[in-house]
Amino acid sequence: MKKKINYLLENVKYPLLAIALAFLIGSIFVILTDNSPIVAYSALLDGSLGNIPKFGETLLKTTPLIMTGLAVAFAFRSGLFNIGGEGQYLVGAISTVTAAWVLQDLPGFILIPIILLAGAFGGAIWGGVPGFLKAKLGVHEVIVSIMLNYIALFLTNFLVRVTLNPSTLQGTEQKAYSVMIPEHARLLKFNEFMPVFGYSSLHVGILIAIACAVGIWFLLFKTTIGYEIRSVGHNPYASEYGGISISKNIILSMMISGGLAGLGGAMTIAGLTFKVDQSSGLPGYGFTGIAVALVGKNHPLGVLASALLFGIMSNGSRKMQFEGIPKEVVGIIQGIIIIFIAGEAMLKFMTTRKKKEEKGEVA
Amino acid sequence: MANVVEMKNITKVFPGVVANNNVNFALEKGEIHVLLGENGAGKTTLMNQLYGLYEPTSGEIYINGKLTKIKDPNVAISMGIGMVHQHFMLVEPFTVAENIVLGSEPSRSGGLKLDMDKAIKDVEEISAKYGLKVDPNVKVQDISVGMQQRVEILKALYRGADILILDEPTAVLTPQEIDELGKILRNLTGQGKSIILITHKLKEVMAMSDRVTVIRRGEKIETLKNENTNTDELAEIMVGRKVNLVVEKDDKVAGDVVMSVKDLQAVDNRGIPALKGVSFDVRAGEIFAVAGVDGNGQSELVEVITGLRKSTGGSITLLGKDITNRPTSDVIDAGVSHIPEDRHKRGLVLQHSLAENSVLGSHKKAPFSKSGVLDYPKIHEFCLGLIDEFDVRTPNEKVAAKSLSGGNQQKLIVARELSRNPELLIASQPTRGVDVGAIEFIHKRLVAERDKNKAVLLVSLELDEVMALADRIAVVYDGQIVGVVNGKDATEKELGIMMAGGSQKKQ
Repeated sequence: MKKKINYLLENVKYPLLAIALAFLIGSIFVILTDNSPIVAYSALLDGSLGNIPKFGETLLKTTPLIMTGLAVAFAFRSGLFNIGGEGQYLVGAISTVTAAWVLQDLPGFILIPIILLAGAFGGAIWGGVPGFLKAKLGVHEVIVSIMLNYIALFLTNFLVRVTLNPSTLQGTEQKAYSVMIPEHARLLKFNEFMPVFGYSSLHVGILIAIACAVGIWFLLFKTTIGYEIRSVGHNPYASEYGGISISKNIILSMMISGGLAGLGGAMTIAGLTFKVDQSSGLPGYGFTGIAVALVGKNHPLGVLASALLFGIMSNGSRKMQFEGIPKEVVGIIQGIIIIFIAGEAMLKFMTTRKKKEEKGEVA
Repeated sequence: MANVVEMKNITKVFPGVVANNNVNFALEKGEIHVLLGENGAGKTTLMNQLYGLYEPTSGEIYINGKLTKIKDPNVAISMGIGMVHQHFMLVEPFTVAENIVLGSEPSRSGGLKLDMDKAIKDVEEISAKYGLKVDPNVKVQDISVGMQQRVEILKALYRGADILILDEPTAVLTPQEIDELGKILRNLTGQGKSIILITHKLKEVMAMSDRVTVIRRGEKIETLKNENTNTDELAEIMVGRKVNLVVEKDDKVAGDVVMSVKDLQAVDNRGIPALKGVSFDVRAGEIFAVAGVDGNGQSELVEVITGLRKSTGGSITLLGKDITNRPTSDVIDAGVSHIPEDRHKRGLVLQHSLAENSVLGSHKKAPFSKSGVLDYPKIHEFCLGLIDEFDVRTPNEKVAAKSLSGGNQQKLIVARELSRNPELLIASQPTRGVDVGAIEFIHKRLVAERDKNKAVLLVSLELDEVMALADRIAVVYDGQIVGVVNGKDATEKELGIMMAGGSQKKQ
């Protein structure tokens, strides 16, 4: 037990230090804007954790970040950099709306799981494409998944403007968003059964996200699938030698990764927006997911904690703005955290390389 | 005789490791002085300090009686020290002459134009002077490894080296090439050069040296004159205890064919044919060895058999079942275990725990997993059993594989592969880079497999290992089997001729 605590400490030490340092350096910028860091940070905390509805809103913002964070972390474990969380999230969202429209006559208890699965499936396909191209043709997954982000964006906009537009399906005038999913396809909100959540729109998606994190932890560390994926990530040659198919695991891991991001998009639709809006840019959850995974050290449970941190900063920044402090300060703090965490990886990389050199020297 | 090199009380400390501890070493003019020690004993570290690649933590180096601070190889070269590294540092697409003059090229037109004619003339001169025949106009990529070594030596001589350091020069050579090298070195010392030879091979020490300095765990143990010692004594000093250099093995009649390889063909990573029609059988209860100089298709052969590389023709049959181009998992299931030549690349996932590594390849089978869920308590228990049986030195089974020493990593791999109770065990360079103790142990286990009536395919570059273990020896050269001889009757000379491509019948 003591060992486990030590292990935990060893692993959270650097991220906690990075966060503390980032807030410290962030306070310099607050002072530069003629404000007090104490005011700023208490506003940040009050805005995100001040009462239960505020906390609910924070969790609402945390939900998609858990999913995209898990997506990036999972792919990392197999040695892949899934930078396509944006596209997978979007495809997940649009698949959900499509499934809900097509199957709207089904009862809710069947429809809800189906539309969520449709979102995950859409994301899995979108993530599977770069995985397939990497496994079969050696095309780098970063290039393909970035490109697919834009394809997803414009495909989504096309579907929203034409195929799924209320003007096409319901005969209304042209709208800047898709058809709404039916009432009975929507996720339960917390304030419907726990009134203390008040105005918060928090929905049960957060519980699904937490379950996903636990599920991914189990998959990675307790099953043969996870064993193979981690082996391929650490040493593809040894994996091949051990009878593990590299291409199968690359495709599988990208599909699971994409599926997680897609489910993130699906839950936002089913729990919060109920429709997909036309958009000129990418939603940003996929990219923030990279930072979430990085801070969470690619561990599913670490991702939960770091997604919450990003949720707190995102939600609290509004309150900070009311206090007259530019919300860009939060962006700065996020950036500094990432630099420090990446710096830790670099530091570790350099120390292990030094050690390797020393080993070579002794020979 | 005057000492051309004197290293006094050299200590080199790397963080956490004392690589050299108070070592004294002297090289006389005109002698061949062997530096003998096991892998990791600190021989190369000591010489790297003489060549200016590292600075000693403490101690002094005298060159020709003068205290010298050698802060980088340029200083060493200017002092007349040349080093031929274990891995050659040649530009393959360049010609021999271009490689030799590289870095100190003769030039024309005020240094703007390389004077190739003079370079070729210089190289011809120097090669005639020292009796190192080379063709200056061929490309390095087209000449044999033995030739490339000559080019390396010429490179050092071209820079005016009087003191030559050769790091494991024989590792890549056939026995005949080793003899040839011995003659070359004698010729050089005859012309006033002094030579330091780094090696861990005892026979060469006796054949080539004037004096031997033995290093063990970073410390100098003894300096001996060649005529006053023998291989058994050297082995004992090198390891620090009595070593049994002979593998005990009873006569045994081989049983049925376990694996049959017919007309196997494959290409290497560059797409060049590496196996050009290889056929052989491995029988139950025999150790069948594949000998040869590195790079003649051995690696590709093992990879094709184990499903890691696709063959382009021919067939492999295991116990009557065709396993040609089957995925690795099928080959494992068919009863093949494989000790890979490179334990870091193939044998282990270094970041995983010993326990996780101990089931690599059988992780999908009972009792290690059930319906896709790993049974960690069982895996740990299994790994502890292997650690105990195979004497793997480790604090526990949970540490990452990378924290073990090379010998212990190798023992873990051997343990894992034998634990599957294979019909065919493929051992590729099973003792590369492990200490003598582990070598003894691994050899015993290979013989034990044979005695259990299993088939063993041994692929090794160490001729001594092949001759000690094998019941039959196939020699490969340029992707083909040149000949198969009985282990008992094989002589080093005969094998050496075959390793260089000469056929068995010609002699």
